[in-house]
Amino acid sequence: MEIVQVDRLQELLNNFANEDVYIHLETTNGAYAAHFNENVFNAGAFIRNVMIRYELGKIAGEAPHRIGLKLPHGWVYAQGITHFELDEHGRLLMAGHDQSGKLAVALQISKTPFTY
Amino acid sequence: MTLPMERHVLVVFPHPDDEAFGVSGTIATYINQGIPVTYACLTLGEMGRNLGNPPFATRETLPQIRKEELLASAKAMGLTDLRMMGLRDKTIEFEDDEKMVEMMQNLISDTNPSLIITFYPNYAVHPDHDATGRAMVRAVRRMPEEQRPTIYALAFSNDSKEVLGEPDIVHNIKEAAVQKMGSMRAHISQTAWMLEEMDKRLADGETEAENWLNFERFYTYDFSKDFE
Repeated sequence: MEIVQVDRLQELLNNFANEDVYIHLETTNGAYAAHFNENVFNAGAFIRNVMIRYELGKIAGEAPHRIGLKLPHGWVYAQGITHFELDEHGRLLMAGHDQSGKLAVALQISKTPFTY
Repeated sequence: MTLPMERHVLVVFPHPDDEAFGVSGTIATYINQGIPVTYACLTLGEMGRNLGNPPFATRETLPQIRKEELLASAKAMGLTDLRMMGLRDKTIEFEDDEKMVEMMQNLISDTNPSLIITFYPNYAVHPDHDATGRAMVRAVRRMPEEQRPTIYALAFSNDSKEVLGEPDIVHNIKEAAVQKMGSMRAHISQTAWMLEEMDKRLADGETEAENWLNFERFYTYDFSKDFE
């Protein structure tokens, strides 16, 4: 993956608009967060291979960036995106990695389902 | 240390690298003694958070990396019967409970173990750990008492010692320390930061760090104090 280049990522987001795509969206602070620090309120969310169709995809803010997808009847967004990649299968992978190299958020868009 | 003879040892954990810090020395010691060991790993750690910055992997390439690491860990321990069970990281507790028990029953009937090593339900911190331990305890509980294999359970939640006391089984695995180090290093994508810390603590002469390469500790699961 490489550091987000706003123009390039915006162009990729445009390429997936207005067609059925599968998404992977995940936020996490790790299963061990409350084990290492009992004051941490551990929360996260995960969806994978849910099909959506967005009419507008937009990158906003300075790094780490926010990505929003406007759907006919709703929204998808992710905050904290630092890296992106169009992988060898043509899937748009976006992720936010913290200073220690741990993934904190991921948003991925694909025309074919992700593996299990 | 020579460990008591076993017919077959079945190790079941949900993530590649779950075996590395707490059990790889024991696995290697059994193998060195000629005791057959099966390690069933339920997932490929697909949701691992250590991806680096700059990232060395993506969410989608991580499973293949961790699979290679698991194979390398098995090789380091001398383990030949490694089974990858195809579930997804962080979803074990949401699988059908009965399906999970059946998976454990099949592993037991396939390997006929005298000893099973897994996590202690409710004291193993990660939801996948607890769910794996739950399924295994349930599977063994359903066996006639005299046929039940012994369960060595790993517990490391912050309250585990307070509630369960000190682990009753302590294995001196010093003679397998090289194999254990090999297993820990095999999972480098996920263990790098822990190993760094360990090297530092070893250099500082900390006995606790030394203990890691000398001792592994387990609770014999006691059905008279069942978790449910």
